[in-house]
Amino acid sequence: MYSPTIIFEALMNGLMLGAVYALIALGLTLIYGVLHIVNFAHGALLTVAMYLVWLASDRFGLDPYVAILVVTPLMFAIGYCLQRFIIGPASRGSDNGILLATLGLSIVIQNLLLAGFNSDTRTIATDYAFEIVPLGPLLLSLPRVIGLGVSVVTAVLLWAILNRTDIGKAIRAVAKEKLGASLVGINVAHVYAMTFAIGTACLAIAGGLLMPSFYVSPTTGAAFVLVAFTIVVLGGMGSIPGALIGGLLIGVVEAISSLFLGDSLGQIGIFLIFILVLLVKPTGLFGARA
Amino acid sequence: MKKNFEFIAALAFLGVVGIAAIAGLPGNILNLLIFMMIIALTAQGWNVLGGYGGLSSFGHAAFFGTGAYTTTILQTSFGINAWVGLVCGVILGAAVGAMIGFLSFRAGLKGSYFALITLAFAEVLRILANSWDFTGGAAGMMVSINNGFAYLQFSDRRWFLLILIGFVAGGLLLTRWLERSAFGAYLIALRENDQAAQALGVDIFKIKMQAITLSAAITALAGCLYVQNFLFIDANVAYGSWISIEALFAAIVGGAGTMLGPLIGSVLLLGLGEITKSFSGGIAGVDLVVFGIILILCVAFAPNGIRGFVADLWYRRKSRGKAM
Amino acid sequence: MKKLTNSVSRRTVLKVGGVSAMVLAAPGLSRAQAPTVKIGLLQPMTGGFAGDGDLARIGAEYAIKEINDAGGIKSLGGAKLELLIGDSRSNAEAGAQATEQLKADGAAIVVGGFASGISMTATQAAARYELPFIIDCAVSDALMTRNLKNVFRFNPSFSMAADVALKNLVTINDASGKAAKTVAIVHEDGLLGSGLAKLMQARLPALGFEVVEAISHPTPARDMSNVVLRLRSLQPDLIIPSHYFNEFVLFARTLQQQRVKPKGGIYALFGGAASSYRFVKEFPEAAEGVMDVNHWGDPKNPTNDKLMQAVQAAGKFYAYNAPINYSVVKVAAQALEFAKSAESGAIIEALQKNEFDSGVMPYGKSKFDATGQNVNALPLNTQVQGGQIKVIYPEQFAQAKPKFPANG
Repeated sequence: MYSPTIIFEALMNGLMLGAVYALIALGLTLIYGVLHIVNFAHGALLTVAMYLVWLASDRFGLDPYVAILVVTPLMFAIGYCLQRFIIGPASRGSDNGILLATLGLSIVIQNLLLAGFNSDTRTIATDYAFEIVPLGPLLLSLPRVIGLGVSVVTAVLLWAILNRTDIGKAIRAVAKEKLGASLVGINVAHVYAMTFAIGTACLAIAGGLLMPSFYVSPTTGAAFVLVAFTIVVLGGMGSIPGALIGGLLIGVVEAISSLFLGDSLGQIGIFLIFILVLLVKPTGLFGARA
Repeated sequence: MKKNFEFIAALAFLGVVGIAAIAGLPGNILNLLIFMMIIALTAQGWNVLGGYGGLSSFGHAAFFGTGAYTTTILQTSFGINAWVGLVCGVILGAAVGAMIGFLSFRAGLKGSYFALITLAFAEVLRILANSWDFTGGAAGMMVSINNGFAYLQFSDRRWFLLILIGFVAGGLLLTRWLERSAFGAYLIALRENDQAAQALGVDIFKIKMQAITLSAAITALAGCLYVQNFLFIDANVAYGSWISIEALFAAIVGGAGTMLGPLIGSVLLLGLGEITKSFSGGIAGVDLVVFGIILILCVAFAPNGIRGFVADLWYRRKSRGKAM
Repeated sequence: MKKLTNSVSRRTVLKVGGVSAMVLAAPGLSRAQAPTVKIGLLQPMTGGFAGDGDLARIGAEYAIKEINDAGGIKSLGGAKLELLIGDSRSNAEAGAQATEQLKADGAAIVVGGFASGISMTATQAAARYELPFIIDCAVSDALMTRNLKNVFRFNPSFSMAADVALKNLVTINDASGKAAKTVAIVHEDGLLGSGLAKLMQARLPALGFEVVEAISHPTPARDMSNVVLRLRSLQPDLIIPSHYFNEFVLFARTLQQQRVKPKGGIYALFGGAASSYRFVKEFPEAAEGVMDVNHWGDPKNPTNDKLMQAVQAAGKFYAYNAPINYSVVKVAAQALEFAKSAESGAIIEALQKNEFDSGVMPYGKSKFDATGQNVNALPLNTQVQGGQIKVIYPEQFAQAKPKFPANG
């Protein structure tokens, strides 16, 4: 069959790509954990982040990794405004309302991008996109190695924000007990918007990590968002370590199954995991509550 | 009384459309009306589960596609009559609904979880239909052109539109029955508060199962009729997320959990789509941007859809009139 | 549809400037003087394939202008042609609806279709009115098996193209002393890729190639590194890919990144990006040496160069949609000329009975058989050499010698 080197390399590929998946899932799971909603606009917002990175590189000559520093606050602001001024007021707290408002939002965003950028595929050419990091017999792609590193650092940072800062404490308080939090004077609408903003800012980092080796078109985010859903469900909705481990796991499963089954059927594997987890253990691996 | 009035008004509207079609409409209008009716029927199916039962499915494509593939395969591979194919398509679509319902309701899924799992089932079916040989794989399948009532294809499409109008009217009747039946009352009860309904002795699992089966059957019927009109399907058409979204859009914008909602929604949305397309100056996507904004506005300002919005205004005016 | 035609022109005017404004306004001005015949162009102007539709429009408008400048349709008293654009929005239902609209707006004949699914429903809609319809570049074999007498296909079908691709591959490989023996197929799991993979697996062994693996992937693909990893372990002499633009870009970049260079190179059939100057300009290194069998204009026809310039002037990257739609409009105009009438029946009869100049396509005289297929349609072999897409085979159209094995 395949030599151990190849299998080991597929494993590494899976880990490295899975780390970026995890980053996308982190935002989604954070939003779920606090607002208890599935954000269907997440994929479209990833596409927005990728376009912003592309614009920064194409118009201002910024390196995609440097662009992350600019795009992250931008995405943070976009996320805050969307939740504070559109999703929050429109849904008036009803679960179905939020579900549908984010779905409507994703359609609006995707088609605004189509109107603005048309359907052409955009890519960024960098010197280092084709660099490899030789690790023994393995040839690891440099952008992927960077992706793995930055994703893990981001997850740790996110964990630190939630556990070590005031806003983090407020977020955790609202997630646990919304009514109680508002009684002790926490502005719930603001905390919701901050959560959404942090979740959206994660996408800016993911966008910057993807662009050196991937492309962007108005529908690109959709390719990643279903995987992100799977990861969130697998790791347990709302669990940050769950998203990180779930992402790495899904990346490895995808890599190994595509090595042995082919990429097409590998996709079914992901959905089957998704369905099975929902049916058997909807709280996922690390989820606290259903 | 009000419900009666609405029912009669909807039938009258369908009647006028039918008469106008017989009197002669240009082909492009006829085509649009046919598509509106197919979407209306799909949304009527969604409305039973998502509107009355409050279980928002994001994967009604699973039922639409099963109906469409069943009748196509039976006709092309086994030479079975189109009407028999249609009945089988509806039955199989309902069976898929029952299966998905059994698995997800047993696990107690609702809300976002239910939306996600329906989406995942539809995606699995899409990938399978795209790779299996007996569904024609990625090449899709064609129903051969044979005009005549027995083939459910007509060289004069006015007949096909009339048949569709008949099915949509049937959907209205069914919803009217639902609103008056004990089953409908239980369904609404579990939408409002499933734990309370259960405490009162309603077998919510059974009610949900019945609702998803009925809902899937109606949407599968729409899938069968889609094939009879376009004579071609592939995995992305039959099981693609577009139809799931179209169904949910039409029902919610028109008024989820109301008899008229799906019909109003599909007529308005598709009509509006044609209008924005002609004003959008050829810029891609503008019509869909308008769609998305309408959905958000509906969620924000008309949670009961256009039908609910209009009914509220109507009711307020009337009650004010009585009070004075 | 009028609205759309006007506004598309308006956009073009903004981009191209005043000169083309005169050109585009010309059909409108001349309408008052001579009768006009409307030709419908069904293309995806919006949605996923909007870029293709736009190139097709440039080609078709170029042809319309040429015909009108040369005095219109002579057998109809110098009638001028007017282009109506129907937007299929990149999906099958909208394709049928747009065809209905073209009919309602008075199109005498419709050309285009682009993708197989759209062409399927659009030609069926046209069949209800016996509206003549010439398909531009949809390749599915099933399209021409429906006995629709109003439907014609200008371009080669999938199996015709595959025959040519295999025959040319054998010739090129033999000339190199059979440099390539093992082949890996990498394909998307949709209509295009799966069909190709099935056919290649059936035919290649008899031609002396060993198919070591057929790897399928979904569209859109998130990652190609595992596909490339398998290729690195299999070490085929030649890779035959078949996928759309984005996936090809991803695939070629991953090959380059993972230092996988099959000796024989990459030999694509309808390989989206390999015949697109966008890819060649953006990733010259990944594109170098890639061979493709695809719709392509005859490079020795001077009009082809002019078309290429027109596309570049509009700020676009040249691809086959422009020459093929230029040519299919030319065929439609000749059919009108033969028919001496804008009636459907007469145009269909003219298409069935006559031979046509093929514009800039390398088809010699186009002739439609009983199923409506152009029997002389022929794809060309191209190869990216020195940052240019060169025709390398067959010899009468070749601009350069094949470099094979590409990495030998």
